[in-house]
Amino acid sequence: MAEQQQGKGMSPARRQFLTDTVRTACGVGLVALGLGLYSRNTRALPAEAIRPPGALTEHDFLGACVRCGLCVRDCPYDTLKLARPGEPVTLGTPYFTARDIPCEMCPDIPCVKACPTGALDPKLEKIEDSRMGLAVVIDQESCIAFQGLRCEVCFNVCPIRNKAITLEFRHNERTMKHAIFIPIVHSDACTGCGKCEKSCILEEAAIKVLPMHLAKGMLGRHYRLGWEEKREAGGALVTPDLPHQYNLPDGMRYEHGGRGLIQSPTAPGVEMPSGPALEAIPRRGGGL
Amino acid sequence: MAAAGKNLNPGAEARAKKGWLKASRWLILRRLSQLVVLALFLVGPLADAWIAKANRAMPVGEQSRITQVGGVPSAKSDQPSASAARTAATQAEPWWIVKGNMASSLTLGVLPLTDPYVLAQQIAAGHWPLTTALIGAGIVLVFYLLVGGRVYCAWVCPINMVTDAADWLRNKLGIKGGARFSRDTRYWLLGATLLVAAVTGTLAWELVNPVTMVFRGLVFGMGLAWGVIGMIFLLDLLVSRRAWCGHLCPVGAFYSLLGFVSPLRVSAANRAKCDDCMDCFAVCPEQQVIKPALKGADKGLGPVILSGNCTNCGRCIDVCARDVFQFDIRSHNTSTPGVIKKREVLP
Repeated sequence: MAEQQQGKGMSPARRQFLTDTVRTACGVGLVALGLGLYSRNTRALPAEAIRPPGALTEHDFLGACVRCGLCVRDCPYDTLKLARPGEPVTLGTPYFTARDIPCEMCPDIPCVKACPTGALDPKLEKIEDSRMGLAVVIDQESCIAFQGLRCEVCFNVCPIRNKAITLEFRHNERTMKHAIFIPIVHSDACTGCGKCEKSCILEEAAIKVLPMHLAKGMLGRHYRLGWEEKREAGGALVTPDLPHQYNLPDGMRYEHGGRGLIQSPTAPGVEMPSGPALEAIPRRGGGL
Repeated sequence: MAAAGKNLNPGAEARAKKGWLKASRWLILRRLSQLVVLALFLVGPLADAWIAKANRAMPVGEQSRITQVGGVPSAKSDQPSASAARTAATQAEPWWIVKGNMASSLTLGVLPLTDPYVLAQQIAAGHWPLTTALIGAGIVLVFYLLVGGRVYCAWVCPINMVTDAADWLRNKLGIKGGARFSRDTRYWLLGATLLVAAVTGTLAWELVNPVTMVFRGLVFGMGLAWGVIGMIFLLDLLVSRRAWCGHLCPVGAFYSLLGFVSPLRVSAANRAKCDDCMDCFAVCPEQQVIKPALKGADKGLGPVILSGNCTNCGRCIDVCARDVFQFDIRSHNTSTPGVIKKREVLP
């Protein structure tokens, strides 16, 4: 009743205005909703796309980068490019593909200096501190080093040589006389520049730079490694083990981690019982 | 709309009377301005590509490339080739006039310019920009506050050429009517883009913004941005007259906010001479802004077009055979002294 009266009292112009406003608001609201959902979908960065040095975390980066391309322009090696429409990387944002052109790790970091917004963090002063991603020896089955062949190209091209990638020597079980040179990547030194991926001699690289969140696992937050804690604290943090009590015949004792089973010379008359269980006890040093 | 229908060839009278050049000069200057802006951004990349090509042809460059690929790949032997490439890059430096794109750029290595609308999205998304970007946006803001915000639309934005072409063809083909939506939709969209940025924490609008997409495309490589140009063209041609620039674009909406105070304005200073030929309405991308200035003498309104949505394109000045319009200063908003001046005080 009241509504009807109000409706009657409303001038046609006012009614038209309200209708138009509601219509526009709904239309724009739909566009905004679609845009929001679309922006969520495009947030995923493909694993093969690597952000420039100093890039903020992906979410912050997408809120900070204005897609101007100044970092691309100041990259002396044409490493960086801006994502074009149709590419799987968020439109207009800078990235590089290590297998095409890796980052040459300029000491003066011109791309970070060029960034006007801080999407590339100006606090990054040493290129060695950048973490664009992490190299991972992703396929041991095709990496020829694991077949016992000498390669070590990734080890040799690494700009942080012998720190980001080291070689581990293993025995070659096939030939029984050679060593296998296994490349091992260390996350405390690897910047993710991608020179290893670029230089991998395989048709498809066996070592690849992955975004940190894909490359790294994480220990449960509650986990503590006992020996680390002990080293940091300078002593055991738990009640020390009681010395083990052995139930042995008279005149015998057992030295754990030392000489093993020992027959005391003060009791020469005791005869050792025999049996498989006792034979299994190591008898080093002292003994019968 | 009816006016557009009547004037299938707006400006014919002006061309006959003033000559083609004088009846097209602001249009020509505007196209020049748009192309020069684009050229300033493109000189760098084109020169760079040319130098790179020349370098590749040189035997020295060839040598360094071979060292890099096949040589003993130790960190030491890699250095010379790297520095050689670096030198080539530094040699290219002087060729850069403007680096970057419309979102943010660096001119001659010293002048930073940043699109304040993109920066506003960034701030809405929760990231406070560096001083460089803030200074750049400040310079741009001051410039458009002086010359009129939507000067960006008419004199700089590359999409303008697309929508002008669509409107020209729409006129030629006599396409009328179409979808009707409010010219205020753009302000709703402007608010929505900032809201979405705030909610998602990303520059969501920049995923689809045709203005930045096309300019970035022209300077950095188009990809599928041609499709977006096609969409805007068809929208303006078939769906509604001046649909994009005149109704929807939030970039234009943002810049129009700067136009409400700018001193530089178009004025219908000689409105007494108007013979109602409607040519100015036919060519104006924001027809609603003309009427108060041109026909408002009775209501005591001054001759200066005050609406922030006037793009200062000057097309009305071109097509008017009686030279009713001219560029003027906002404060000159008094018509014939005496009668109307008194009336102006009233509202």
